[in-house]
Amino acid sequence: MLTVRNVSKRFGGLAALEGVSLDVEKGHIYGLIGPNGAGKTTLFNCMTGLYGVTSGEIHLDSAPIHNRKPHHIVHQGFARTFQNIRLFANMTALENVMVGRHPRTHAGVLGAILRGPHTRAEERQIHDRSLELMDFVGLARKGRTLAGHLAYGDQRRLEIARALATEPKLLALDEPVAGMNPTERRQMADLFLRLRETGITLLLIEHDVKLVMGLCDRVAVLDYGRKIAEGAPESVQRDPAVIEAYLGGAE
Amino acid sequence: MLDGLRRHPTLVFIALGILLAVLPFLTGATLGNSWVRVLDFVLLYIILALGLNIVVGYAGLLDLGYVAFYALGAYLYAWLASPHFGIHLPFWAVLPLGAALAGLFGVLLGAPTLRLRGDYLAIVTLGFGEIIRIFMNNLDHPVNVTNGPQGINQIDPVSLGGFAFAGRHEVLGMTITGPYFYYYLFLAFTLASIFIAMRLQHSRIGRAWAAIREDEVAAAAMGINTRNVKLLAFAMGAAFGGLAGGLFASFQGFISPESFNLWESILILCMIVLGGMGHIPGVILGAILLTVLPEALRYIGDWQRAALGHVVVDPNDLRMLVFGLALVLMMIYRPAGMIPSRQRKREFAAEDGVAEQEQASLYDTKA
Ligand SMILES: Nc1ncnc2c1ncn2[C@@H]1O[C@H](COP(=O)(O)OP(=O)(O)OP(=O)(O)O)[C@@H](O)[C@H]1O
Ligand SMILES: [Mg+2]
Repeated sequence: MLTVRNVSKRFGGLAALEGVSLDVEKGHIYGLIGPNGAGKTTLFNCMTGLYGVTSGEIHLDSAPIHNRKPHHIVHQGFARTFQNIRLFANMTALENVMVGRHPRTHAGVLGAILRGPHTRAEERQIHDRSLELMDFVGLARKGRTLAGHLAYGDQRRLEIARALATEPKLLALDEPVAGMNPTERRQMADLFLRLRETGITLLLIEHDVKLVMGLCDRVAVLDYGRKIAEGAPESVQRDPAVIEAYLGGAE
Repeated sequence: MLDGLRRHPTLVFIALGILLAVLPFLTGATLGNSWVRVLDFVLLYIILALGLNIVVGYAGLLDLGYVAFYALGAYLYAWLASPHFGIHLPFWAVLPLGAALAGLFGVLLGAPTLRLRGDYLAIVTLGFGEIIRIFMNNLDHPVNVTNGPQGINQIDPVSLGGFAFAGRHEVLGMTITGPYFYYYLFLAFTLASIFIAMRLQHSRIGRAWAAIREDEVAAAAMGINTRNVKLLAFAMGAAFGGLAGGLFASFQGFISPESFNLWESILILCMIVLGGMGHIPGVILGAILLTVLPEALRYIGDWQRAALGHVVVDPNDLRMLVFGLALVLMMIYRPAGMIPSRQRKREFAAEDGVAEQEQASLYDTKA
């Protein structure tokens, strides 16, 4: 579904990614782990069009998406969330999700002004679908709260609902359970499994190794911008290079 | 009281309708005919402020050159309906053209600024505003397009079926002058502008604008084509400006580049900041206050003469002083505007995560 071929990304002298390749299979939960500063978020940014790549290629269902605009990639069915939550803080939770419907709806200026039956039907559909998604991630009845007023965990859930509103076939989550307690983490893990059931492929950056190992079908490990291991969770966990990277990182 | 009003929206509507219908006569009878002109300008500035509010309030793009679009609309009207080129098209043909031309320039001037934010955007747009004015000032040779600093005269008044909105008319035994007719014309356009501004705000496009204002990167990651949506905001705002420009030209009968200086842009910006950015009732109130206040302050000269026998301070200077003071006090005591939207209120409350969130690095990576 997603193919990353030899992607490098340089910031001036710093090589944040060096020749990274991976293949994400449809229907999988694919884990991406690695110590701080390994380049995980940078890889996400390259895949979702926020950064151009210095070299290499990224394909989504065999269509090239490297160096494309973010909105174009979302249209192709690839959505994401952010490590530092980036909600529209001064809009309500529901409005946040409704914004996510943007790429799948059509009303323009004329439609907005005239608000004919077609536009009205579309608005209702946007509204209803957004409520459904809020419900799906466990935010029912929080719709009227300003996004910035939500509890931390709810903000993370809202980001997922907003991303889901764009109807992705591939969803990239950047540390979605960071800062959550064990109960919330279990709920989130359950949410990810439900997402996989609906046929959405997940790409997951996570520091919680136990969660990743229990959830993912496949795992890749980044360290200093290079992929040092990839495979089934159990085999990656035993990989000496991985153990070395983590122990070395922890000192 | 407010609750009572809220429970009877139709009653409020009817009362407001009647008030708006008789307002010029009420004003003319109590304050004098010169105030009917002020009323007309209030309506004009409401249209302008609503337009700028689309760019600044909805989409969060600080535009200091807005008056350029006002000028374009006015000049197009003057070119197509005055002896200057000997063309005399009817107003209903010229006004939409003016709005369209301004909208087009909104896109042209907006395009090079797309990558700029905040202060930088403000400075560049300010430059564009001045460029247009300087063009108007100097395009009198080699071909006389704008008649330079002298401006263009004898612009056709609006006329409907041979009935000109100028001079005196006898209606039902009353002598009614141009400003009265223009009041109703402007009122119609103002109501239409309010309607459009409201519809836009609560639409897919309005949400996209708000998203860009809140967080451009996240908006792009939600599949919004930020370039197109920003240009759309520039175009829509500019179209309002162009429309107001055309109305202004026909109303005044005379335009010159001096009417479109930087002060004008700042004044319109003050209206929306003062009233409550992004919030239509606030924007309208801001436009009313900042149009009426300077006019009312003209009386300061008379008061001085009455109280002291002679004018101590030039009313014009004092007017600006009091005006400035009022603005400063406003900014201190009601920084979110007189009638802020809930969003603005919150932004200024700034207790929780918002400030932090704004500081979070641009592309989600921690250094
Ligand atoms: N825009 C940028 N400009 C310069 N350097 C950057 C930029 N973005 C990321 N980097 C650098 O690239 C390296 C990888 O950072 P990245 O955020 O991708 O790591 P990460 O694996 O997501 O780490 P964490 O687990 O802490 O989120 C870091 O050294 C970071 O400082
Ligand atoms: Mg990261």
